[in-house]
Amino acid sequence: MDKPIQIPFFSAFFCELGQVYDLAVKGFRAIFQRPFEKRNFWQQLEEVGVNSLPVVSLTAAFGGLVFGLQAYLAFHRYIGPGSESQGGPIIAVGLCRELIPILVGLMVAGRVGSAMAAEIGTMKITEQIDALFSLGANPVKYLVAPRILASMIMVPCLTLYGDVIGIFGGYTYNVLLMKVNKTLYVQNTLKYFEMWDISVGLIKALVFGLVIAIIGCWQGMTAEGGAEGVGRATTKSVVVASITILILNFFLSKILPATL
Amino acid sequence: MSKIKIVDLYKSFENKPVLKGLNLEIEAGETMVIIGQSGSGKSVLLKHIIGIMRPDRGQVFIDGQEISALPDEEIMKLSRKFGMLFQGAALFDSMTVAENVAFGLRRHTRLSESEVQQLVRTSLEQVGLRGVEHLLPYELSGGMKKRVGLARAIAYSPEIILYDEPTTGLDPIRADAINCLILELKEKLRVTSVVITHDMNSTYKVADRIAMLYDGRIIEIGTPEEIRHSTNPVVQQFISGRAEGPITEW
Repeated sequence: MDKPIQIPFFSAFFCELGQVYDLAVKGFRAIFQRPFEKRNFWQQLEEVGVNSLPVVSLTAAFGGLVFGLQAYLAFHRYIGPGSESQGGPIIAVGLCRELIPILVGLMVAGRVGSAMAAEIGTMKITEQIDALFSLGANPVKYLVAPRILASMIMVPCLTLYGDVIGIFGGYTYNVLLMKVNKTLYVQNTLKYFEMWDISVGLIKALVFGLVIAIIGCWQGMTAEGGAEGVGRATTKSVVVASITILILNFFLSKILPATL
Repeated sequence: MSKIKIVDLYKSFENKPVLKGLNLEIEAGETMVIIGQSGSGKSVLLKHIIGIMRPDRGQVFIDGQEISALPDEEIMKLSRKFGMLFQGAALFDSMTVAENVAFGLRRHTRLSESEVQQLVRTSLEQVGLRGVEHLLPYELSGGMKKRVGLARAIAYSPEIILYDEPTTGLDPIRADAINCLILELKEKLRVTSVVITHDMNSTYKVADRIAMLYDGRIIEIGTPEEIRHSTNPVVQQFISGRAEGPITEW
């Protein structure tokens, strides 16, 4: 029997990258094709957005609290007592531009990206995707497009929601627990914090939503080898999406201007 | 003109050839049963006929139109002609039985919701199921899943029905009921059927012609009587179910 072809690591990597790109292009194109898969889209909005609210609330609240704590300690130690109110804008900017989009991205990748890979992977190995095709439904349009669109809408929404919770967490630690001057804290925050800071976080969240959906769907669509293969696809979707989010975050932070 | 014509079909998976220049013609209204060992490429052949898989080389024609060269969108338009019963039924887990059966109807027809529901009931009754519309696939037995899969395949009255091991996993009575249904659909609707099976009882009952797939090619084709009396030792070993013979890999 012929030996299987051994593909070098880098060739395999670029081959997979090409497959992801191809799926992303087809998925995007399918979003604009009629008829729109309304039912699947609404289901995904609920799955990605509404069902992620508890975990995003918790991570954003504790992210805000701990960021508030570190800002308080830094100002108290290096600038001196009484300067802690200057931490307000730093907390708000840091949370909105970096911490909340990253936390939401990682949480949604773990919760939703893995579920996408598991669900589509199970459909793949039980021939349900073939059945979709045979019944006249394009699997990319039916499964991938609603997930991409829902993630690109809901991850920014969750980020905006997380921004509010996180900023309130920072405020709670500084003003309510550590008795920092409330007026100065709020004034400083409003003075230096810009709408652009929120926008930067939302742009990142939009990209992260796309990454999570594409990687989750792609892992599912390419799953093979029974239950073990689905398990592998699920794990890989979380790892690949998380690493991609962390790497992209750096480059987006570098590319997006500090202020408009 | 043949309803289905397959010319010189080649397909490999990871450098392992499965189909090696397969040729087959199926006439309109006939029931062609394809027999062969497990892993010989029978399901792969069915998936080429319906356009789910693309050949490495060769052509697949449906009503004279080459589908192997068409883009996915065009093949999906042609899918109205096909109904397929998958090996494991492939019911959609997240949908009820009624939604599963209605899926193709909603995609392929412009019927009203009440007409769709009526056809769902009729299709389920045709496969001997009543009162299961609201159940989810995990609540069904293996045999019931298969019958729902069949109801889904026939609901929109396709011209060609592809059966991937329709009787596997069914008790002998249910298996025979499925055989009768295949015959009934052929008589009533004049559908062209392609059946893949290991079950020789079922084969002899439903087949107009039988084709034996071995080593990536059709090595024998004929009526059930011709196949029974074939002089090909591979065919004889397979139809008599003997471990000894020219087929040594299993």
